[in-house]
Amino acid sequence: MSPISRGFHRKRQEADPSRVPPGQYVTGDFPVLSAGPTPRTALTNWTFSITGGHEPKSWTWQEFRALPAETVTTDIHCVTRWSKLDTTWQGISLDVLLAAVEYEAEYVLAFCDGGYTTNLPVADLTGGRAWVAFGYGDGPLGPEHGGPARLLVPHLYFWKSAKWVRGLRLRDTDEPGFWENYGYHMYGDPWREQRYAGD
Amino acid sequence: MARTAVRGRLSWQTATVGAVVNQTPTARTLLLDVADWPGHRAGQHVDIRLTAEDGYQAERAYSIASAPGEPLAITVERLEDGEVSPYLTQESQPGDLLEVRGPIGGYFVWQPAFGGPLLLLAGGSGIVPLRAILRYRALLGSSVPTRLLYSSRRLEDVIYRDELSVRLEGLKVSYTLTRSQPAGWAGYARRVDEAMLADVAWPAADKPLAYVCGPTSFVEAAATGLVGLGYPPVRVRTERFGATGQ
Repeated sequence: MSPISRGFHRKRQEADPSRVPPGQYVTGDFPVLSAGPTPRTALTNWTFSITGGHEPKSWTWQEFRALPAETVTTDIHCVTRWSKLDTTWQGISLDVLLAAVEYEAEYVLAFCDGGYTTNLPVADLTGGRAWVAFGYGDGPLGPEHGGPARLLVPHLYFWKSAKWVRGLRLRDTDEPGFWENYGYHMYGDPWREQRYAGD
Repeated sequence: MARTAVRGRLSWQTATVGAVVNQTPTARTLLLDVADWPGHRAGQHVDIRLTAEDGYQAERAYSIASAPGEPLAITVERLEDGEVSPYLTQESQPGDLLEVRGPIGGYFVWQPAFGGPLLLLAGGSGIVPLRAILRYRALLGSSVPTRLLYSSRRLEDVIYRDELSVRLEGLKVSYTLTRSQPAGWAGYARRVDEAMLADVAWPAADKPLAYVCGPTSFVEAAATGLVGLGYPPVRVRTERFGATGQ
């Protein structure tokens, strides 16, 4: 039972509980949270790789952008408690990317420019639920938001949608990534408020 | 990057507001008395939860302002359209109750073993976790060479002004005021840029460790500037808050 904070009252409009997970508030802004400087990789040096399967697979930026893209409108939820509704992205479905490799692994570790990593089950990246996004709104994805390309896994807290993503390492075991090593939850389901280890 | 053991579950704990200190017209420090506070490291944050009489709850994250070993304190900057910060900076009084969960975060922290020289770059209330680092450094009697560059809009917006004016061995504090400056102001008077960083920051050859905290636009400019001066990105730890304005 939580104690009452004397004199505290709701100021924000009630959020739609079918759209906004517990403990979150809706913002119109698009806050930025990153642990280091924003990396800037020239598109000529950019590749997206999937390793750890039977054969490694890699796409250049040109090859990646030639893949069939989708436009996705979705809600996103950051562990720092903001949610942003109806965001629109352009990206390549991970169904398309993962279909290019043979593998039995059940987990991936996404890796990024700047050294960031995050872990995800393969099952959460397939079935039309995850993308490598290169566009936001009507334009390219800005570097501070993870451009040229970031993961977009909107059904998990947004730290799982790794910015500046450069590839996936397929793995048999679920190894913690960057924030997961610092006490954040291994899976990160916002609807179950899996913010920190043990939640 | 250093690995930290994944801890057990962090539970909500009741905190009693102790002393409150208004630092600026919009920023207030609150001491929080928590019965079983496990301690924290310099640079970590906490989640705060408020509960209204009708059961409505709101949660936000705030940087810890106090050094390891000191009682838990946060410093909150009021956002006019906010829900929690106006309450904490205007309404809350000693004896009031709220809930705390933490400490949280393990990357934006400093420990003496990390050494230096240290470069601390603060924008606005981004000074708060850096103040925890500075207080820890002072508490330990550490003389690790440290430079702080603190960007505020106006002089009256400078948080911890008296505390930061205390001369400490090996510490140099520089200010920039971006919106207005008092007569005779000798500090910088513009937003942080690479030329200012070239003046203030340790040369990259000294292998400094940099902590940058503030609004996104500040952190982007400061961190990008340091990389431009040759700082390896892994030596520049950042913490951003607020919107991008997009």
